[in-house]
Amino acid sequence: MNPNRGHYPEGEALHRSLNGRYRSASIWQALFFSALVVAILSLAALLYNVMDGAFGYVAFEYKNDPSEFTAKPLDDLNKQELLDILTANLSSGAFKKLENDKAMEKRSRPDLYTLVLERLIQIDTKQTWSMTDSILHSKDIKAEAAAKYPKAKLEFRSWLTPVFLTTPMSSKAEFAGVRTAILGSLWMVGIAILFALPIGTGAAVYLQEYANKNFINRVIQTNINNLAGVPSIVYGMLGLAIFVRALEPLTSGSLFGVTDANGRTILSAGLTMGTLVLPLIIINAQEAIKAVPDSLRQAAFGVGATRWQTVWHHVLPNALPGILTGSILAVSRAIGETAPLIVVGASTFISIDPDGPFSKFTALPIQIYQWTTRAQSEFHAIAAGAIIVLLVLLLTLNATAILLRNRFQKKY
Amino acid sequence: MQNIQSPEYAIETKNLFIFYGSFAAVSEVNMKIEKQKITAIIGPSGCGKSTLLRAFNRMNDFVPSSYVTGEILLHGQNLYGKDIDPVEVRRKIGMVFQKPNPFPKSIYENITWGARINGFKGNMDELVEQSLRGAALWDEVKDKLRKSAYELSGGQQQRLCIARTIAIQPDIILMDEPASALDPISTLRIEELMQELKKNYTIIIVTHNMQQAARVSDYTAMMMLEKDGSRSGTVIEFSETKRIFTNPKDKRTEDYVTGRFG
Repeated sequence: MNPNRGHYPEGEALHRSLNGRYRSASIWQALFFSALVVAILSLAALLYNVMDGAFGYVAFEYKNDPSEFTAKPLDDLNKQELLDILTANLSSGAFKKLENDKAMEKRSRPDLYTLVLERLIQIDTKQTWSMTDSILHSKDIKAEAAAKYPKAKLEFRSWLTPVFLTTPMSSKAEFAGVRTAILGSLWMVGIAILFALPIGTGAAVYLQEYANKNFINRVIQTNINNLAGVPSIVYGMLGLAIFVRALEPLTSGSLFGVTDANGRTILSAGLTMGTLVLPLIIINAQEAIKAVPDSLRQAAFGVGATRWQTVWHHVLPNALPGILTGSILAVSRAIGETAPLIVVGASTFISIDPDGPFSKFTALPIQIYQWTTRAQSEFHAIAAGAIIVLLVLLLTLNATAILLRNRFQKKY
Repeated sequence: MQNIQSPEYAIETKNLFIFYGSFAAVSEVNMKIEKQKITAIIGPSGCGKSTLLRAFNRMNDFVPSSYVTGEILLHGQNLYGKDIDPVEVRRKIGMVFQKPNPFPKSIYENITWGARINGFKGNMDELVEQSLRGAALWDEVKDKLRKSAYELSGGQQQRLCIARTIAIQPDIILMDEPASALDPISTLRIEELMQELKKNYTIIIVTHNMQQAARVSDYTAMMMLEKDGSRSGTVIEFSETKRIFTNPKDKRTEDYVTGRFG
C-alpha cells in the first residue's frame, strides 16, 4: 500500500475536516452575498433619493388672481380665449417679442396656457415637500400649508412631465424644462462619436492587425490604457486650451462665416468629449478585434487575400457588434460627464435650441449641477426630474448596447 | 511567377531551415515532391510537421520573428525569393486547416469570396457548382447554397473548405491534419475525396494518424527531432509510403511506424 494513504483523514476525522471545509465555504458565501446586498442597497438609495425629490406636495400662490383676467376657470379656456387674454393683458412690446420667437397663432393650447400662467398670473411657489413626507404626513402638510400660506393652493405634483421634457430653460423653476439640455447633450455626443468612432476604430485596427510587437508600440499601448484613466477635468483643460482657444477660428465657426460665437461652442464640447472617450473606444475596439478568431484570418489568407482584404471583409464585420457596443458604453460615459463641460464653458442659461455645431450650448449634467446649486427648493425638485431624464437616457443607451451584443453575437 | 514546368516535381526544398528567432524549428529539409501525388508528413508531436507545411505557402510569415533559410522551389522559382509576393504564393498553393474554418457567410459566398478577391472573371454559379462537385459536397448542399456555412456538419464544413480552396485553382493543396477534428465516417469521405483530388492537384498532408498516411499517401516523409538534443525537427526519411511502412531504412522510422516509439 502506498504510504501516503495513511496521511489522509479517514472516518470521523474525514467528517470533521469536511464539516470545517463546508463551514468556511458558507462563511465566504455569506460575505459575498452581503457585498451584493450593500451594492443593491446603495443603488436603491440613489434611486430613492432622486425619486423623493422629483415628486411631492407643492404649496403655491397666484400673484395675480385668475379672476382678474377671466370669469371662467382657467382650465376650461380654449386656445382662442387664452390668446385673447394674452393680447389684452400683455404689453405690446412683450407680445411682439413672443410673436417674434414663434407666431402666437401657431402656438399650441398648452403653450399658451403656460404663457398665461407665467406672464400674467405668475406663480409663486412657497414650499415643496419630498415624496416620502407627502405620502406619510399628508395631513400634517395640509395643516401646515393652510396655517402658513392661507391663500396658497396645495397640490401633489410630479415635476417630471412631458412639458418638462419639451420646454426650454426658464428662470422660473415652474416653467423650466430640459429641452435645450437634452438637445445639447445629444448634439455633443453625436459630434463626439463622429469624431472618436472612426479614429478609435482605425487606431485599434492598426494596433491589432498591423503594428509589430516592438518597444514603441508597447509604449503606445500602455499610454492608451493610461489615458483611459485620466480624470475628465484634465480633458476639460485640454479642450479649453486646444479646441476653445487654439482652434477658435475653427470651433467658433468664424472660418465658415459664423460671426456671433466664440470658441465655447457645442463643437468644442463634442471634440473634447471625443478625446475623452477615444482611449475607451480604442481599447474596446481592440478587444472586439482580438475576439475575432485567428482561424478566420488564416482562412482568408489561405485563399490568397491581402491583409487589407482580410481586415475589411472578415475582421471588421465580425468585430463590428463589439465595436458598437463599446462605443455606446463610451457614449454613455460622455453623456454623464460634467467637469470637462464646465471647463470648456457650457452656458448655464440658454433658452434657444442648439441649431448647429457652432451654437452655444448646455447639457443635462450642467443643467442639473446649476439647478442643485440654487437656493430655492423648487429648483432642487426640477434637478431631481432632470436626473431621472439623464438616468433614463443612460439606461436606454446601455440597454441598446446589450441588445446589440446579444443580437449579433456570433459563434465561430 | 513564371510557369517553367519542371517535368517531375511540383515543389522542391533545398537545404531548408525554418527559424523562430534563433531557434531552428525545422532544419535541413531536402524533399522533392511529385506532381499529382499525395505526400504525407508524419512524425511525433512537436517535431515541426505543421511548421514545415506552413512554410510551403508562407503562412509562417504571420509568426513574428520567423524566417527561412534555404529554398523552396515552385516551378524552379524560390518562394522565398526577394521579388515573390506571399499573397501570390497562397493563391497558387491553397491550404485546408486542422479545424474546419468556413467564413461566417453563406455556402455560396464561401466559394465566391476567394474567387472575387483574386479577380475571377468567369461565371460564379458554374464555379460554385464545379468546386462543390469537386469536393463531393454538391448533392448535399445544392438546395441550400444561401444558407450559412455554419449550418453544415463538421465533415461538410471541411469539404466546403476544400471546395473553397479548389475554387481558386491552386497547383498544390496543403492539408494540416484535415480530419483530426472529424468522426471516422467524415474522415473516410475526406480520404476518398483526396484520391479524387490528386488527379488534378498535388496534395501534401500532415497527419498524426499513421494508418491514414498508409491508406491515402503515395509518398511519406518521416519527421523526427534531431538526435543532438537541439529540439529541432528534420525529415529523417522520405520515400514511397509502401517502403516507409514495410521496409524503412531508419531504425527510428521503424520504431515509430510499428508503434514501438518512445
